[in-house]
Amino acid sequence: MDWQYFWELFFGGLTRGSIYALIALGYTMVYGIIELINFAHGEVYMLGAFTALIVAGALGIYGFPALAILIIAAVVAVIYCAAYGLTLEKIAYKPLRDAQRLSPLISAIGMSIFLQNYVILAQTSDFMPFPNLVPQPEFLEPIAHIMGASEVLIIVTSAVAMAALTLFIKYTRMGKAMRATAQNRKMAMLLGIDADKVISLTFVIGSSLAAVGGVLIASHVGQVNFAIGFIAGIKAFTAAVLGGIGSIPGAMLGGLVLGWCESFATGYISSDYEDALAFALLVLILIFRPSGILGKAKTQKV
Amino acid sequence: MQGLKKSILVSLWFMFLTFPLMVIRIDSLNGTIDWRWENMLGMGAGSFVLSFVWRFMMARKEAGRAAAAGGVMSARGAWFERLRSDPKAAVPALAVILAVFLVLPWLVSTYQTNIMISALLYVMLGLGLNIVVGLSGQLVLGYVAFYAVGAYSYAILNSNFGLGFWSVLPIGGAMAALFGILLGFPVLRLRGDYLAIVTLGFGEIIRLVLENWSDFSQGPSGIANIDRPGLFGTQLSVSDATTYIYYLILAAVIVTIVAVTRLKNSRIGRAWQALREDEIACQAMGIDITTTKLTAFALGACWAGFAGVIFAAKTTFINPASFTFLESAMVLAMVVLGGMGSVIGVSVGALVLILLPEYLRAFSEYRMLIFGATMVLMMVFRPQGLVSPGRTKYNVPDAEGAGAAAARPAAGGNA
Repeated sequence: MDWQYFWELFFGGLTRGSIYALIALGYTMVYGIIELINFAHGEVYMLGAFTALIVAGALGIYGFPALAILIIAAVVAVIYCAAYGLTLEKIAYKPLRDAQRLSPLISAIGMSIFLQNYVILAQTSDFMPFPNLVPQPEFLEPIAHIMGASEVLIIVTSAVAMAALTLFIKYTRMGKAMRATAQNRKMAMLLGIDADKVISLTFVIGSSLAAVGGVLIASHVGQVNFAIGFIAGIKAFTAAVLGGIGSIPGAMLGGLVLGWCESFATGYISSDYEDALAFALLVLILIFRPSGILGKAKTQKV
Repeated sequence: MQGLKKSILVSLWFMFLTFPLMVIRIDSLNGTIDWRWENMLGMGAGSFVLSFVWRFMMARKEAGRAAAAGGVMSARGAWFERLRSDPKAAVPALAVILAVFLVLPWLVSTYQTNIMISALLYVMLGLGLNIVVGLSGQLVLGYVAFYAVGAYSYAILNSNFGLGFWSVLPIGGAMAALFGILLGFPVLRLRGDYLAIVTLGFGEIIRLVLENWSDFSQGPSGIANIDRPGLFGTQLSVSDATTYIYYLILAAVIVTIVAVTRLKNSRIGRAWQALREDEIACQAMGIDITTTKLTAFALGACWAGFAGVIFAAKTTFINPASFTFLESAMVLAMVVLGGMGSVIGVSVGALVLILLPEYLRAFSEYRMLIFGATMVLMMVFRPQGLVSPGRTKYNVPDAEGAGAAAARPAAGGNA
């Protein structure tokens, strides 16, 4: 067995999986609180990548150093994605809070189509090159043959982001309010929790995480276009379902499992059906274990 | 005054929100930035006006809801209701519409006829999806997969075995129905949004298989030189063939409309609607959910299959790029825009969504943008669509009639 190849695939899968996990968190948090598949979440991730691209391009022209560009671009992308997430919720989901179950989903699909075309019209429908901003420091030389600096950055950043999120949910007042709202929205409201605020906050956090994912993947892959959100969104959703939708550690685990599955399948079997693998996995989980790895099976209430 | 302040804030917010994407454009070759401030002004002004419209619509929606709760029915759409329910008005109206469609190819150019053909194809797809989404309430997002199955059935059978259009038409429909059942079986337990995502995955898998399995489907380059439908062995010129296909698809649409209307009021159609309203209550009423769902999937898919065969025959060339998720979303948009469950609504929705962008060429690049926005706005302000489906009402005139009406469902339950 070729161990170097194995480790390459392993870390490739870990990198991919971290990104999926970052996006999946947005799906799972929103689903946990309002039971909605935020179909436009992948588009928020794409918007993050695009915003970062534009900021990086502008700063590059003004001659900023690479690392500064990366940090500023990431911060701006996070701010903008949070704003987009908030606006999205206000326009497309909030008026539908009491509507039939299918209405918000259709509205979300509409929003997703709208945002894609907004980017096409405002910028371009071509692939845009993303500048390589991650420096290759010397202390990473020994592992350079299996993973590059940008992969290390992705893994470390996502780990930090997920740890911060876990701490936030667990120990802060707002995090407690989020958990309470997810458990039972009506009861939480009776206890004086502003549910609208919690829902908005959920969208803001989810979108920010997606933005982090967008910036990281853009600097890793090196190109961005308007369509990257759709496929990434579906895969992240698969990850969320795989881990058990509504469960935050589940989304992280699901992302990693999906990343490894894809990486090993493309590395050892064939890369033709790379995208179909995620779909097939999704269909299989939903049929055989809809509650996912960490989710609890819910009994149907009549 | 309050409203003015709100609108100013909204417009400032949107100017901030759209700033990087709308204003900055990087020219990386020359290393310059193109600042497009005029876009920001437009955005600010646009969102300022739109926020007023939004609030006005919201207020109206609230007022409408309050009125409905108070038992006051609005008089709006009364003429339309009359047109639909009164045969004296409905028959001439239908006759006029039919006559217009019949003479259309003789009045307009071949190009226009072609546009009409694709519009009618979408009517057919919309009506098929309406069975699944509108009548039985199962949100299917991979509908275009069945369309692809139909189209590829014809393309492959025609190019490999030389089978003609008429013999493949039923095969294509049957193949699509088979795929509908194949998809239907595993997803029987899923509902709502999970079902939507699984069917989306199914649709994408079909497309990816068509793209990658080159020996079977010739991959992304597609299948060319598919035969046009024959007319008793005569060779038709291109414009005559277009007219011929136009009448063919028109006939198919009429058959579809009749079939769907009849289905809607049939036993199975009522079972679908019961399923849509409440799955558990429906089951409690003794309706076999498995059969009901599977027939909805099979029949819905079957129509997509027919439409696919006609599509392949019309364009004589197909490739997987014609069967993306966007296509499914577009058909869904038609059903949603027209009114889920309403046959007239879906037909009108499809015609509007296909023909309007064709004739508003100036807006053609905004087409998908408007599509998306329409879907969101329809859900927010008019979730029942342009034409809300009429409900069949049973009037019970006297005690005897009531007894007979009560006896009927009981007898049905035993059957």
